[in-house]
Amino acid sequence: MKRHLISAADLTRDDAVLVLDTAEEMARVADRPIKKLPTLRGRTIVNLFFEDSTRTRISFEAAAKRLSADVINFSAKGSSVSKGESLKDTALTLEAMGADAVVIRHPASGAPYRLANSGWIDSTVVNAGDGTHEHPTQALLDAFTLRRRLVGRDAGMGKGLDGRRVTIVGDVLHSRVARSNVLLLHTLGAEVTLVAPPTLVPVGVESWPCEVSYDLDAVLPKSDAVMMLRVQRERMNAAFFPTEREYSRRYGLNGHRMAKMPGEAIVMHPGPMVRGMEITAEVADSDRCTAVEQVANGVSARMAVLYLLLGGSEPAISTTRTEENN
Amino acid sequence: MDTSTDASTAGNTDARPVLEGPDIARVLTRIAHEIVERAKGAEDVVLLGIPTRGVFLARRLAEKLEEITGRKIPVGSLDITMYRDDLRMKPARALGRTEIPADGLDGRLVVLVDDVLFSGRTIRAALDALGDLGRPRAVQLAVLVDRGHRELPIRADYVGKNLPTSLRETVKVQLAEEDGRDTVLLGSKQQTTGA
Amino acid sequence: MSKILIRGAKVLGGEPQDVLIDGETIEAVGTGLIAEGAQVIEADGKVLLPGLVDLHTHLREPGREDSETVLTGTQAAASGGYTAVFAMANTFPVADTAGVVEQVWRLGKESGYCDVQPIGAVTVGLEGKQLAELGAMHDSAAQVTVFSDDGKCVDDAVIMRRALEYVKAFGGVVAQHAQEPRLTEGAQMNEGIVSAELGLGGWPAVAEESVIARDVLLAEHVGSRVHICHLSTAGSVEIIRWAKSRGIDVTAEVTPHHLLLTDELVRSYNPVYKVNPPLRTEADVLALREALADGTIDIVATDHAPHPHEDKDCEWAAAAMGMVGLETALSVVQQTMVETGLLDWSGVAERMSYKPARIGSLTGHGRPVSAGEPANLTLVDTAYRGEVDPAGFASRSRNTPYEGRELPGRVTHTWLRGRATVVDGKLA
Repeated sequence: MKRHLISAADLTRDDAVLVLDTAEEMARVADRPIKKLPTLRGRTIVNLFFEDSTRTRISFEAAAKRLSADVINFSAKGSSVSKGESLKDTALTLEAMGADAVVIRHPASGAPYRLANSGWIDSTVVNAGDGTHEHPTQALLDAFTLRRRLVGRDAGMGKGLDGRRVTIVGDVLHSRVARSNVLLLHTLGAEVTLVAPPTLVPVGVESWPCEVSYDLDAVLPKSDAVMMLRVQRERMNAAFFPTEREYSRRYGLNGHRMAKMPGEAIVMHPGPMVRGMEITAEVADSDRCTAVEQVANGVSARMAVLYLLLGGSEPAISTTRTEENN
Repeated sequence: MDTSTDASTAGNTDARPVLEGPDIARVLTRIAHEIVERAKGAEDVVLLGIPTRGVFLARRLAEKLEEITGRKIPVGSLDITMYRDDLRMKPARALGRTEIPADGLDGRLVVLVDDVLFSGRTIRAALDALGDLGRPRAVQLAVLVDRGHRELPIRADYVGKNLPTSLRETVKVQLAEEDGRDTVLLGSKQQTTGA
Repeated sequence: MSKILIRGAKVLGGEPQDVLIDGETIEAVGTGLIAEGAQVIEADGKVLLPGLVDLHTHLREPGREDSETVLTGTQAAASGGYTAVFAMANTFPVADTAGVVEQVWRLGKESGYCDVQPIGAVTVGLEGKQLAELGAMHDSAAQVTVFSDDGKCVDDAVIMRRALEYVKAFGGVVAQHAQEPRLTEGAQMNEGIVSAELGLGGWPAVAEESVIARDVLLAEHVGSRVHICHLSTAGSVEIIRWAKSRGIDVTAEVTPHHLLLTDELVRSYNPVYKVNPPLRTEADVLALREALADGTIDIVATDHAPHPHEDKDCEWAAAAMGMVGLETALSVVQQTMVETGLLDWSGVAERMSYKPARIGSLTGHGRPVSAGEPANLTLVDTAYRGEVDPAGFASRSRNTPYEGRELPGRVTHTWLRGRATVVDGKLA
């Protein structure tokens, strides 16, 4: 694996499968009486959040703590950042505190990339969501959820998502989740289809390794999983779609639409859900919806990422399994 | 899989077998009897193999114990990777499987099973891992080969073969489940780790 | 003033000739010239060009002296072979009154490294609402003839129409920064394949092209001339080509960076590549080069935009837009236009000296290298190859996209009215 996790494109297929396999082992820790491993004892992980995201932050925090790392939470609100301190100076401060890894959430696309590649700091950088760019650990937890549900917990070990059909619905244009998922799911062999009104599909999408459709009803019967993206109501004001009602009618997932999906197909949502907008309560609360499971899987996937990046002298080498007798 | 396998299959003249298939079977049978004897019928025994080859040995031992006692013996696996004390000396390692039998470990006699006992650090890590998984009545250790050179105050309760070695030598256990044949090879480091 | 004899210079890339300067004027051009007591410069096959003229420079003074001053900016210009620059109006305060343009003009006179011709703002405060006192700026000592809100687009069609009409009274020209503001809200880079991947706000080509289309039609309607700043797209080229074929009085410029760099560079998220208009695609670059060669695009202008280090040493979205360009412009043109066979050196002289001076009604610059003309000259070692090292820049800022890149050519001498401003590649 590379030293940083900035984009889902940083992961080869072997890397991605290794993360998912490792996450599967990490998931077992959650079932134990003592949900803690000594693995990252003495390592310091900084959660550097320039954007409010309680869910993602506590997920990373839980992951780091289960691995016994020391966690420093640095949130931009009420800090020197709001007084005009730059990303660079903040990073230098954190490095001086001895951070081994910086988990960064930032409203600007590319901020984690800059942090990792500008020579400001030596720490490992993990992207916890940057602007409208990427959110690779979300994609990993989604892939983990997909593999468990569609391939199987044990049957999935060592495997990808070959031939599985995943449909991603909603505000693709502004979604870092969609970008990371398209890249990662493609790497793992899945067939990805994006469904959105044309206003919410980026110019340039033709170079992405996926299909694009504007017709949700046509795609649903051919989907093993449907991932609903959050649609912010304020997009309406920028004329991306006329009204909330019309959006729901054309792109929302309700019980009637869910019935068009194959029997075993699942509904995913990265949260937080806007019930009534992109997903009805009936769908959100159904057995097919994995939203809550995804939250639990998020901790396992992030434990796997932190372990594989920080658990040795250097990141894991995913092509060879090492074994020793001593 | 690893370098020693390559070396041996490539006909490394330096690596010579010290235990062959029938020896290994005999040794495991003896250990099974010892466990029954010392554990007074092995009623509360749980076997935990340390991945990779310790798991296969634990399963074989469980079969033998079932033959002797006529009872089902719980067997599982205990991956110690995340408890190792040398994690920072190598790139992050892929994890093995930890599988604890359904009835758990509390109040049980846990017999850890590994292929080679060397520095004792693996077993130290295994004891730490066990502590996070439950509270056994007692913990014992069974190994196929004890090659000496302990770096910690740890000893095995059941030993298939004591094999005095020099630090320049390597001991490789091959088992049919993983390597296609049963054998224990003694080689020299220059030859077997050079690849 | 003593005489200077430049011996064996390829004037506009032609056969080696001698050029004799007497005082502020070229006395003679020919072979075997002899001048008693003259200082002799052995040109040794270097190319002699008329002093370059930049129609689009940001000197930052007054207001942002931390990034550039008139002195350092003109030193950078001289180093790049320029003898005159037009200073853009987006200073603090904005150059929208006679007072500010006269201040810049006076600072230019004092610097002595190259002539500074201030550009006046079209609207008060660059706000696009009310015409600035264009006539007063023209009538001032600075004699402003070029007006631009550069950095911002004069997007109100009525204001643009009035400005185009109004400056006819004194032969002025409006230089438009073509950028439809609503289409570029939050824009961070060219909208296309790369922006889709990087998740950066898109700056669509149509936001430039639609304004250019409107403005050439406005110019035609009111019978004015219009100049379009920094063309960046193949579509803009097509519109200018069409406008010129209709006889519309339009001129256009392209920057060196749009002739060389593409939006693929943005993948590094390094804000040194952040510029407005943004770097476009390979197809755009090739179309711009072709248009510059065939005359659709009239001139090269640097859009030299200095920014202090901290405004670029940050995340992309927070970074300032712009690149310095005065000291690398000629090298980039040599690489992209001359060494590709698209232009010869007289074509370069036309596009980097004669024509920009004509567009800006600047007398005394952009004149032929011949007897009786002002001795504004630049001598270029075209055989030179070297990596760009911003540490050696005369500019106060270092935000060049070419750091570490090998570029051809180096200005060894620049003369401003017979006085050397650069000697052997160093400021005199």
